[in-house]
Amino acid sequence: MDILNALVAFLNFVFVPGLAYGAQLALGALGVTLIYGILRFSNFAHGDTMAFGTMVTILGTWGLQAAGVSAGPLPTALLALPLGIAVTAALVLGTDRAVYRFYRRQKAAPTILVIVSLGVMFVMNGIVRFIIGVEEIGFTDGERFLITAGDFRNMTGLSEGLAIRTTQAITVVTAVIVVAALFWFLNRTRTGKSMRAFSDNEDLALLSGINPERVVAVTWILAAALATTAGVLYGLDKSFKAFTYFQLLLPIFASAIVGGLGSPIGAIAGGFVIAFSEVTVTYAWKKVATYLLPDALAPDGLVQLMSTDYKFAVSFAILIIVLLFMPTGLFKGKSV
Amino acid sequence: MNRNLLLFAFVALLFIATGMLQSWNSALGILNMALISAIMALGVNMQWGYAGLFNVGVMGFVALGGLAVVLTAAQPVPGAFAAGGWAILGALALAAATLAAAVAIWRRMRAGWTRTLTLLAVLIGGFFAFRALFDPAVAAIEAINPALTGNIGGLGLPVLLAWPAGGLLAAIAAWAIGKTALGLRSDYLAIATLGIAEIIIAVMKNEDWLARGVKNMISLPRPVPYEVDLQRSAAFVSWAQGWGFDPVTASAIVVKLCYAALFVAVLAIIITLSELALRSPWGRMMRAIRDNEVAAAAMGKNVTRRHLQIFVLGAAVIGIAGAMMTTLDSQLTPGTYNPLRFTFLVWVMVIVGGSGSNWGAVLGGFLIWWLWVMVEPIGLAVMGAVTAGMADGSWLKVHLQDSAAHMRLLTMGLILLIVLRFSPRGLIPGR
Repeated sequence: MDILNALVAFLNFVFVPGLAYGAQLALGALGVTLIYGILRFSNFAHGDTMAFGTMVTILGTWGLQAAGVSAGPLPTALLALPLGIAVTAALVLGTDRAVYRFYRRQKAAPTILVIVSLGVMFVMNGIVRFIIGVEEIGFTDGERFLITAGDFRNMTGLSEGLAIRTTQAITVVTAVIVVAALFWFLNRTRTGKSMRAFSDNEDLALLSGINPERVVAVTWILAAALATTAGVLYGLDKSFKAFTYFQLLLPIFASAIVGGLGSPIGAIAGGFVIAFSEVTVTYAWKKVATYLLPDALAPDGLVQLMSTDYKFAVSFAILIIVLLFMPTGLFKGKSV
Repeated sequence: MNRNLLLFAFVALLFIATGMLQSWNSALGILNMALISAIMALGVNMQWGYAGLFNVGVMGFVALGGLAVVLTAAQPVPGAFAAGGWAILGALALAAATLAAAVAIWRRMRAGWTRTLTLLAVLIGGFFAFRALFDPAVAAIEAINPALTGNIGGLGLPVLLAWPAGGLLAAIAAWAIGKTALGLRSDYLAIATLGIAEIIIAVMKNEDWLARGVKNMISLPRPVPYEVDLQRSAAFVSWAQGWGFDPVTASAIVVKLCYAALFVAVLAIIITLSELALRSPWGRMMRAIRDNEVAAAAMGKNVTRRHLQIFVLGAAVIGIAGAMMTTLDSQLTPGTYNPLRFTFLVWVMVIVGGSGSNWGAVLGGFLIWWLWVMVEPIGLAVMGAVTAGMADGSWLKVHLQDSAAHMRLLTMGLILLIVLRFSPRGLIPGR
């Protein structure tokens, strides 16, 4: 019986990675949910928007590194992030102008818009591959750890170490700042209020003189900012690869739907639900169990419910369960 | 109709030009995959064009078709089934029984803590019982000659039987998916099918006992003669030389023509049946449901059942195409299944061809597959022309030439967007 060590092992292998991954998913899902709330379609190009924003940020990071600029202990990518957001916002605004606006004026069915977003997804994916290629790219620099496992052991005298990577800390801090700013914007500013009004009842909003094109433009800019931030944080934490970002679409959509499409608070909750379930179900609990159980009962196997290759299956199973029992998600979302 | 004939003539011209300018061997290679793509597009067109079901899990059904080839046509592994076959079947039956019991508990018992706790107890108990039965059986099977087999092995039946088997396997999966997911709204169905396709691929990659996972199944049996055997046969060599052909090239072309004949036969059967179905009262009912579900339901049509029916039929057609593809490659490589290539490209074929139109799906399959293959050499040529003026070895030149290979996705996206914008009903509009 060693509760303290078990707790540290749990924090180190489940809680901290889950928290960082959950924050990344929540930011991605917020973008999806905003687009769904205002433009009323599921944007399949969101994963590739994340990839595009991250790619621009990586190029900016390389530029800064070549110029000898660095952010000290923090990754240089944080300095290049505003550039990434600006370029991505310009790209999605251009896409809206060239592609989506036509269908919006036609009042096309949501499914048609989804198919259109498939086309945009192809194009963006192609652009990213064209510019930066398909290889895996790591672009984190600066201090690697906030606390290393060894330091933690020395500090506390426990046999189990707790390592917190800088990228994990940055992910959580940035996510908190971004989410706070977003909610302040949506709840306190005039533009934010008009966005919520537009999402609740489009006709009533139009009648009260809200300019729909302005609301849509602001939504795209917010979605680009959220997607780029989520993508850069994910890339710093793990690494950048065009195809992985495309595959992130599934957990991100799962988060947004589990939380309730169109509900920002739901997207955040959904992100953490999905992330923690993926990590807990695919983690091998042997270490924690060995600390908690008496020696005679110590497990022989890995005590892993499912192999890590099935993490998609986990997010998906949760998605299906939530949809069957709460069709509009945990927090009442929309259904068009 | 004249316009449609012209469109088909144009696509035929593309293939003939490829044959004349490049080689007949590669033109036939493209044609064979185009025939398979056309069948996949027909399957998606049934679901989307007839019934408006948004299925983005095409890849999963293609892969299941491929799996069926291994399970029916591969050589049996001696002792594998005896080692763990029954235990695995028992474990799967147990898993199904657990799920059925859970559903029954949910339906029969009254809501409350008792129901929740019973449900959890059944599910958790069932999971551990499943693992207890499943894990040792898998270990026993994978221990048999792991370098060469280590899987449960096939039935050793003729490979042509694997095609309907692939359709059947995909249909069973589609039935299970449809039962849970078809009640959902269109976007949710899209996400659900996208997820299921990923899970099917994950299972095929990781369950080595099934089809060796990422260790791949190679040299699966073929329904046509081998090139080497043809080249060894004196009769064939003299026949080829009599016509003035090189026996090696001739053998490759003859083999591809045999495949093409088989694929054309399957395509002809499927398109005849689809056209008959589309023109029948059943087809009119499906279109009525697609265009207005509420009105069709008011007329007494069971919308959910019809949706399930068409979802299963479409998936079966995709499964047959998947089995044909694995037979053509004569290998199953789960690592190569990629949603961009197997799901979204098929969607481009359907949209470009014309949703709701069977001939449109076939035309889209031929045209888009040809483009998908040819964009790369064309892109390389364009890049060669663009970079001709640049200094050799400059980073921009190297980069541009390297990235020409990625032109495919960009081109496909642009084609999809342009068709959706300027000709949303496709090249051959459906009704």
